[in-house]
Amino acid sequence: MPQNDLLLEVNDLRTYFYLDQGIARAVDGVSFDIRRGGTLGVLGESGCGKSITALSILRLVQRPGRIESGQILYHRRSQRGNGAGDTTEVVDLARLDPYGQEIRSIRGAEIAIIFQEPMTFMTPVYTVGSQITEAIVLHQRVSPREARERAVAILQGVGMPDAREILDRYPHQLSGGMRQRAIIAIALSCHPSLLIADEPTTALDVTTEAQILELMKQLRRDLGMSIMYITHSLGVIAEMADEVVVMYLGKVVERANVISLFQDPRHPYTQALLASIPKIGRKSRKPLNAIQGMVPDPSSIPSGCAFHTRCSMVQMGVCDQVAPELLDTGGGHLVRCLLYGGAGGQR
Amino acid sequence: MTANSGHDGQAILQVQELKMYYPITRGMLKRRIGTVKAVDGVTFTVPEATTLGLVGESGCGKTTTGRCILRALDPTAGRIIFNDKNLGPTEVVGANKETLRRLRINMQMIFQDPYNSLNPRMTLLEIVGEPLLVNGIARGQEIQDRVAELLRRVGLRPEYMRRYPHAFSGGQRQRIGIARALALRPQLIVADEPVSALDVSIQAQTLNLLQELQREFNLSYLFIAHDLSVVEHIADAVAVMYVGKLVETAETEELYLNPRHPYTEALLSSVPKPDPTVQRQRVLLAGDVPSPAHRPSGCCFHPRCRYAQPHCAEAEPELREVSPGHFAACHLTGQLSLRGVV
Repeated sequence: MPQNDLLLEVNDLRTYFYLDQGIARAVDGVSFDIRRGGTLGVLGESGCGKSITALSILRLVQRPGRIESGQILYHRRSQRGNGAGDTTEVVDLARLDPYGQEIRSIRGAEIAIIFQEPMTFMTPVYTVGSQITEAIVLHQRVSPREARERAVAILQGVGMPDAREILDRYPHQLSGGMRQRAIIAIALSCHPSLLIADEPTTALDVTTEAQILELMKQLRRDLGMSIMYITHSLGVIAEMADEVVVMYLGKVVERANVISLFQDPRHPYTQALLASIPKIGRKSRKPLNAIQGMVPDPSSIPSGCAFHTRCSMVQMGVCDQVAPELLDTGGGHLVRCLLYGGAGGQR
Repeated sequence: MTANSGHDGQAILQVQELKMYYPITRGMLKRRIGTVKAVDGVTFTVPEATTLGLVGESGCGKTTTGRCILRALDPTAGRIIFNDKNLGPTEVVGANKETLRRLRINMQMIFQDPYNSLNPRMTLLEIVGEPLLVNGIARGQEIQDRVAELLRRVGLRPEYMRRYPHAFSGGQRQRIGIARALALRPQLIVADEPVSALDVSIQAQTLNLLQELQREFNLSYLFIAHDLSVVEHIADAVAVMYVGKLVETAETEELYLNPRHPYTEALLSSVPKPDPTVQRQRVLLAGDVPSPAHRPSGCCFHPRCRYAQPHCAEAEPELREVSPGHFAACHLTGQLSLRGVV
């Protein structure tokens, strides 16, 4: 893969929270790449560290959390070359001062994020228009009038009817789907090269979800941006992502392209997740193959392989002793499980 | 009309022409300027020991329907007949306090949010034991024994009964809610989005538990949900609601494979499938669900329907039987060939 094709490389990222009960290893050695124009799906249940990974990239992790180690290499394209071709510089976001000038010029402008709750993301006391133009004026040198024109164009771009009218409305006057469109508009206002979408459709109805998913696919085609799509929904991942990482308790347990992941899931956790969801169009009287137990608390992660307490293929004496490493099992399909070898990875 | 004529056996619940209207008032004198028709003439039947799935988008009135059945809300009009094991078939609408108290022993509710539906100041023993105590069914040590048994049945350790809800995860809390609903050995449980707040791996456990309990206690469920894959798994029959009205009802498989209303087709095609190789042709609906305060004329769905004809905006379609046991409210239903799930 040419170096130029990469947008973001995350290498062995660790983000820990220092709590009274001990250290919560929310993100514990996560590595992945995002290509330009590609979509990385991050799949996991609550508490697996998927949202903290996203916040770490944007350097928005609040105390008592902190990035402990690892690299977040962002391949920043700058147009200083006067049309003579773009130059790419590599910035390690993990090294930046979270309050510094450089991260501020990236956050919101080049890497944007949309969250799950459209209501909590927008302030209720400003109009939709002022919240969109705020981002434009902050990152680009334009007059307020022009910022407003751009806001109209962006709102139209995300399929908002009566965009000009919507600018003067307040968030509570919009429906959930329209609010999510407005948030996507804010995120897109500065043409980011990476959009981090943290469960953007979870709070929406199915038909609205379908609209938003189609919109994001269309924008990805038109604007050529990359998307990091965080969700717990296997259906959404299958539809949106090219590459997938599956996370469990702060670690990547499987990483593969989307076809390989769904057709040949290799980690017992991924296999169990796929088996446990009811699949539409396949009515069955049989009980679902549920995963036993629940996700352990991140401040008391089980020893060895963190999934061993719930794994149906567990081999006691091995899985609870040895922490497996993420190994390539062929074709770029990485799995962190002792069934595929790697017992030497004792820590 | 029944929602599922394929099942024999008695109806545990019959809902006929249920209406729940709310006035819109303005000004100091509370002048009435309009009506929100949250539920507008809903009719269905739940046969004994079966599950009826009630699906629809937010604001379609599915939760309001569920709450009317338990008389948590007083419906504006309609009949709700519950076949109580002690009282026989009983009219719920207009029932007096004493009748309601006795009816509610046999119909219970499970809520969506496992965080807000449990009192944080009560222990599990108090939460699950309260229905036993207030109905004079058990007291003292007997309550403890019954609660222990219930907790064990839903997969929680009886030793936990002195703990408070905050000590439990979302999935465990939902089990506490199920134990509370089961405490009086009800016949019918209205489950309002019982798994939508839970993690993927916990959803499957909870759905399995609900199905086991159904077999064990001969329970009937009115299962209110928006997740169509979950409803397909658990429900014997499905009723689809749109802006306060039923637009289609049929047995589950029939409805999913052979939808007869364009809204059902759109809903089914919206569900993301966990298969990246599927090339989908999605029926994308334009716009949003209309507000029940400003209901479109004629067929409510016509502004978003891709098959709409001029007269769809004028006349309101009736829910009629399009094939045995399959009802749809669409003027064009005979002429359309709609896609189900493949």
